[in-house]
Amino acid sequence: MNRETISSRMRPLLAGAAFSLLLVSGGMAPAFAETPADTLVQAWAIDDTITLDPAESFELSPAEFIGNAYDMLVRLDINDTTKVKGGVADSWTVSDDGLTYTFKLKPGIKFASGNPVTAEDVAWSFERAVKLDKSPAFILTQFGLTGDNVTEKAKAADENTFVFTVDKAYAPSFVLNCLTATIGAVIDKKLVMEHAETKTPSDEYKYDTDFGYGWLKTNYAGSGPFKIRDWRANEILVLERNDNYYGEKPALARVIYRHVKESATQRLMLEAGDVDVARNLEPGDLDAVSKNADLATTSAPKGTVYYISLNQKNANLAKPEVREAFKYLVDYDAIGSTLLKGIGEIRQTYQAKGVLGALEASPYKFDVAKAKELLEKAGLKDGFSVTFDVRNTQPVTGIAESFQQTAGQAGVKIEIIPGDGKQTLTKYRARNHDLYIGQWGMDYWDPNSNGEAFTSNPDNGDDASVKTLAWRNAWDIPELTAQSKAALLERDNGKRAEMYQKLQQEALETSPFVMIFQQIEAAGLRGSVKNYKLGPSMDTNFLAPVTKQ
Amino acid sequence: MAGFLVVVATTYLGLLAVTFFIGRVVPIDPVLAIVGDRAPAHVVERVRLEMGLDLPYYQQFWLYMKGVLSGDFGTSVLTTNPVMTDIRRVFPATMELATVGTVIGALIGVPLGVLAAVRRGSFTDQVVRIIGLVGYSVPIFWLGLLTLLVFYARLGWVSGPGRIDVVFEYTFTPITGFFLLDAILNRDWAAFRDIVSHIILPASLLGYFSLAYISRMTRSFMLNELGQEYIVAARAKGLSETRIIWGHALRNAAVPLVTVIALSYAGLLEGSVLTETVFAWPGLGLYITNSLQNADMNAVLGGTIVIGSVFIAINLLSDVLYRMLDPRTRSR
Repeated sequence: MNRETISSRMRPLLAGAAFSLLLVSGGMAPAFAETPADTLVQAWAIDDTITLDPAESFELSPAEFIGNAYDMLVRLDINDTTKVKGGVADSWTVSDDGLTYTFKLKPGIKFASGNPVTAEDVAWSFERAVKLDKSPAFILTQFGLTGDNVTEKAKAADENTFVFTVDKAYAPSFVLNCLTATIGAVIDKKLVMEHAETKTPSDEYKYDTDFGYGWLKTNYAGSGPFKIRDWRANEILVLERNDNYYGEKPALARVIYRHVKESATQRLMLEAGDVDVARNLEPGDLDAVSKNADLATTSAPKGTVYYISLNQKNANLAKPEVREAFKYLVDYDAIGSTLLKGIGEIRQTYQAKGVLGALEASPYKFDVAKAKELLEKAGLKDGFSVTFDVRNTQPVTGIAESFQQTAGQAGVKIEIIPGDGKQTLTKYRARNHDLYIGQWGMDYWDPNSNGEAFTSNPDNGDDASVKTLAWRNAWDIPELTAQSKAALLERDNGKRAEMYQKLQQEALETSPFVMIFQQIEAAGLRGSVKNYKLGPSMDTNFLAPVTKQ
Repeated sequence: MAGFLVVVATTYLGLLAVTFFIGRVVPIDPVLAIVGDRAPAHVVERVRLEMGLDLPYYQQFWLYMKGVLSGDFGTSVLTTNPVMTDIRRVFPATMELATVGTVIGALIGVPLGVLAAVRRGSFTDQVVRIIGLVGYSVPIFWLGLLTLLVFYARLGWVSGPGRIDVVFEYTFTPITGFFLLDAILNRDWAAFRDIVSHIILPASLLGYFSLAYISRMTRSFMLNELGQEYIVAARAKGLSETRIIWGHALRNAAVPLVTVIALSYAGLLEGSVLTETVFAWPGLGLYITNSLQNADMNAVLGGTIVIGSVFIAINLLSDVLYRMLDPRTRSR
């Protein structure tokens, strides 16, 4: 075997290698290309977006798209989140009996399509949402709107005046807060009805049109600072500046969201300059980004709280001493300083910080001796065993494991049942769990949203029509339910805040909810991105002020 | 031919039935994906009825089959598109990646395997063995992140995750869905370079994993051939080693090798979920996994049919190639 034969044998190998090199050299494009100066590129897991229709959308990422591309009658004032300010509405008045809200619209404003925004559009948007009756419709129907009365209760008095009539004298703050939700988005009637399909009325669906439902799932008809130009599910969403917007126009010509799920991948793309903003960074990556001189981070507390709940159908978990003992078995300090670093802060009350009437109290500390004492009182001196349904994502898995370990110290043996998110949720919703670790985002920015979820349960029966979180844990609380209802009708904001504080105090002491933390949304930014500010809710992550240098 | 069609039809029916019933016993409420966690009870109930989930399983399956036979695979809950529209969009992405990956894997794997066989027991053989072993045992997820870190983040030789840069979002118009081909058809060379720069890393990675398999198989096929009498005869006739190895032995080893490469290609076509996740590659693997986690059964079933068809088609193709390469099978 001489050298020559070896090299001739190597020839095909070399040819193969050369071909690969050719491929690679073709790829020598400048990978460090900056994103265009008038375009903001964000890496974000946007696979929860299943529709762009404000009447149906109820998930996190689309709330941000709708919040930027649509306008509502009133918007949350992000400088003081206990108040609202005008959106499409210029001003409003509430009648003395508290039943009639009259809104004057800003004159001369237009949709992105160029059609004028009229009170008729507002009324039709209400009618459409109520008649389609999708998941978020209850935010409007809770004011007594039905498919039969909505055209009377929500109607245009003239081109610029919209009148909304509610069924009870609710706290005005409650009514206005609800109207800031994405379901309150004002939709371009003329444009949407051009794409509406006719329907044959039936028992289930009584109307002869689909109100453009099929079309608006993937299209856009709003008047916000941006318009939605393009959406490819699980891939990309593109916002473009709306030149017809009445307010200050965005500096950016477009915002592109790229669906990237992995935190590590997002970080690499941010470091390489392929994206300007990374939205799903885990604590480790966030930490690295904050130490990089070319990058920056920003964060804001969000209206989502995380909790461990105890199903009251389990005889042991239903004992008041056990409920209290569990609140002493969480190592709040350790969890806060490691698992939640940068992405959450410990919070023991169920209302998010910044909401009207949020109670600031954190009486519980990790205390095994105290917990043991309580368990003994409950007749469970030797501890007991329970199962714990945990979805396999961070930080909940880490928190569950920490709790398993700390509860074990008091003799509570916890068996973790890991599962996919939808799988554990299915079990939870059917009340088949013992312990569950969950998260709850506010449906709308008002204390009633979480107040009702955690401390109201009108019917604890298995086939109840209202299934709150209290119901899911079989916590039967007629008194608290009545109190939470009463808080809705308190028209004095100060008194209303006090009522919610009382409810939280009660829950803190007796509820089967061990509140753990409030979510902080954090993002990593390129140094060139300025004025990028996250809001208290997804639909208040406003992009209009953002600039790039 | 008729027998073949019966086999194909039965395969499809079995595939659909198994996937359908697995989908129904998965402990996930399919309504959740549509209405979300916060929908009021009456909305949940209405959607359940709309989806026909109150019907007995066999009736649901029958309705589904009726749709499929008339060409309607239903609508995906997650993307709100007809399932076939979605698959037309995501499958080319996976196919393009798998094709480039297999080309890389075969072009490097086959010569490596030959070399290892010829120099059996030598240092080269050991090196090839180790390359193969690493390919088998290292998690693709980890290797993907590592190569991204090195070649994309540190060295800047290649582009990062995704199929194409956002700067081409407005100028590049996909025609076939195979971006490399589309760029050539559009004569858009800037886009072509960008697409190559995006695909090279994930494709090399997939190529590496199929290389590990292909080189091992090539080695054993070649060892088998090199021990045959006709090789001794060829040597006795004074043929050069090069001709013996590449012209005679590999020619004969190529027959089973075609099946190996075809199967490895089919494996990549299912969509490599982890690679697609790490490289944010909008392909079939990611689509089906995402659908499965949300109990979006129409999408899962549609995807299964596509994968089943690909397997059947590739098996057919390798049969045909087999006949072309092996004269003995032709006369039978």
